[in-house]
Amino acid sequence: MRPEGSKPLAGMLLRLTQADNVLVATGPAGPGIVAINGGGEIVLSESVTLGHKVAAQDIPAGAKILKYGVSIGSATQDIPAGAHVHVHNLRSDYTPTNILEETAKGAGNA
Amino acid sequence: MLEGYLRSDGRKGIRNHLAVVYLVECAHHVAREIAYPFREEGVHLIGFPGCFPNDYAQRMMESLCTHPNVGAVLLVSLGCESFNRFKLEKAVAETGRPVATLVIQREGGTRKTMERGHRWIRDTLPMLQQAQKVPMEVSELVIGTVCGGSDGTSGITGNPAVGLAFDRLVLAGATCIFEETGELIGCEAVMSARAKTPELGRELAASVEKAAAYYATLGFGSFAAGNAEGGLSTIEEKSMGAYAKSGSSQISGLIKPGEVPPRGGLYLMDVVPDGEVRFGFPNISDNAEIVEMMASGAHMTLFVTARGSVVGSALGPVIKVCANPETYARMAGDMDVNAGRVLSGTALAEVGNEIFDLTLKVAAGRQTASEALGHAEFILTYKSFEPAGPACLPT
Repeated sequence: MRPEGSKPLAGMLLRLTQADNVLVATGPAGPGIVAINGGGEIVLSESVTLGHKVAAQDIPAGAKILKYGVSIGSATQDIPAGAHVHVHNLRSDYTPTNILEETAKGAGNA
Repeated sequence: MLEGYLRSDGRKGIRNHLAVVYLVECAHHVAREIAYPFREEGVHLIGFPGCFPNDYAQRMMESLCTHPNVGAVLLVSLGCESFNRFKLEKAVAETGRPVATLVIQREGGTRKTMERGHRWIRDTLPMLQQAQKVPMEVSELVIGTVCGGSDGTSGITGNPAVGLAFDRLVLAGATCIFEETGELIGCEAVMSARAKTPELGRELAASVEKAAAYYATLGFGSFAAGNAEGGLSTIEEKSMGAYAKSGSSQISGLIKPGEVPPRGGLYLMDVVPDGEVRFGFPNISDNAEIVEMMASGAHMTLFVTARGSVVGSALGPVIKVCANPETYARMAGDMDVNAGRVLSGTALAEVGNEIFDLTLKVAAGRQTASEALGHAEFILTYKSFEPAGPACLPT
C-alpha cells in the first residue's frame, strides 16, 4: 500500500489512491485553501496537523471512509468536503477506538 | 561478507551477549544488581515475573537462552518459584554454552548471591570476548519487524520503507518475520492472496479473525491513545499502515512464538493465544512483540515509530525507523533512520535501501542508537498456544 502519484511536498495534502475519499496532511494545514499533490486544491474548514485526514468530497453518514483504496470504517454523520475526518465522525467496523479526549484532536501534534 | 558466532545448532549470532535471567519477580532485583555493573560489556537482563507455571513462558525462556546472539547464561532463582530451572539449565547446557544457576535461598540471600554472580560473570566474560567469528551469509539472517507509537505518517513513510527493505532481504534469501495479527484487522483478504498456498491463505485469515474476536472480548483493539493523537482513527486504518511493513513478497508460512522458520522467506507470526481469553492482552507493550520474534530466532528488529518510541531490546539490536519528520526533529538521538523525509520529497525506495544497508551494517556489528544508549528492555507475560496446523508451513 504505497502512495501513488507525484512526490509529496510538506504542507500539502496527499491523495494516497484515486479511490480514496480522504486526504492526508503532510504537515500542519488549513484553515483555507490547501494544494493536493498530483493536482487540485481544497478549502479546509479547520486546521489539521501532520498525519490527520480531511474529506476530499462530501461524505454522507453511513458511507465507508476509503484510504489506501480500502475501507477504514464508516462515517457516523454527514461530513462536508474539507472537514477533519477523525474519531468524532468516523467509527471502526471492528472494535471501538480507544482515545484520550485530551489529545485525540491532534493538538499535541503540532 | 558478514561474520557471526557459530552455535552448536548451526545458527550464527550477530552479538555475543551474556544473559542474566531471573526466574520470578522475587529474584529480579538480585539479578539486576548482578548484571548492572557489566551492562556495557554485553551483559543483558531478561526474566519471567510469574510464580505460576506456564508452558509458553518455559518454552520462550529456553528459546531465548539458546538464541544465537547469546553466548552464556546465568540463571537467578529465588528457590521456591514454580519455574522449572532444572529443565532450563539442562536445555542451555546441552548447547555447550556456559551456564550456572544461583538459588538465592541456598546462596544465603541477596549479598552473597550478588557476589557469586559478579564472580561468575568476571570468569565467563573473557571467553565471550575472545570468541572467534565465522563467515555468515545474508541468507542466514532472521529479521523481525514491529511498529510502535504509530500515527498517520507510519503507513505512508516508515512502514512501506521497511516493506521495501524486507522485499530485498527475502530476495537475498533471509528470513523475515512480521506479526501482531491484532494490527492486521481488515487486511485478511489482501494478505491471504499473498500466501504460498490457498490452505496457508485460509490459516492467515483465520489468525486475524482469531485476533479480532480476542480483542473484541477484551473490549479494546490494539490501539493506543497516541495513535489517535497522530491522526489514526480506527484499528483498520492502523492495520493497513502496519501491514505495509510486510512488503510485497510471497508469504511462506505462519509461525507461533518460539517456532523457528525452517528456511528463508517471509513469515507471519500469530501472537494471539489459542483457546478462550485467559491471561489478558496478548502483548501488553511493544517489547513483548520483539521478545517473541527473538524467540523465533530473529537476530534484530526493524522498529517503525512515529510518536517516538525510545526502546531497544535485550539480546538483539533494534533499528529505529522514524516515520514522522516532526518527531525525528525532536528525538533524532533515539532514531537510526529518518523515513519521514519521504513527506518532503525523498523517494521511498531511497529510504528502503538505506534500511536494507543499515540492517547489514548492524548485523556486522555497528551499534544502533538504542544499543548505544543502553536500552535493553524486556518483558514476558503469560500466554498459551496450541501447536500450529500442517497447512501453516507448506514445503
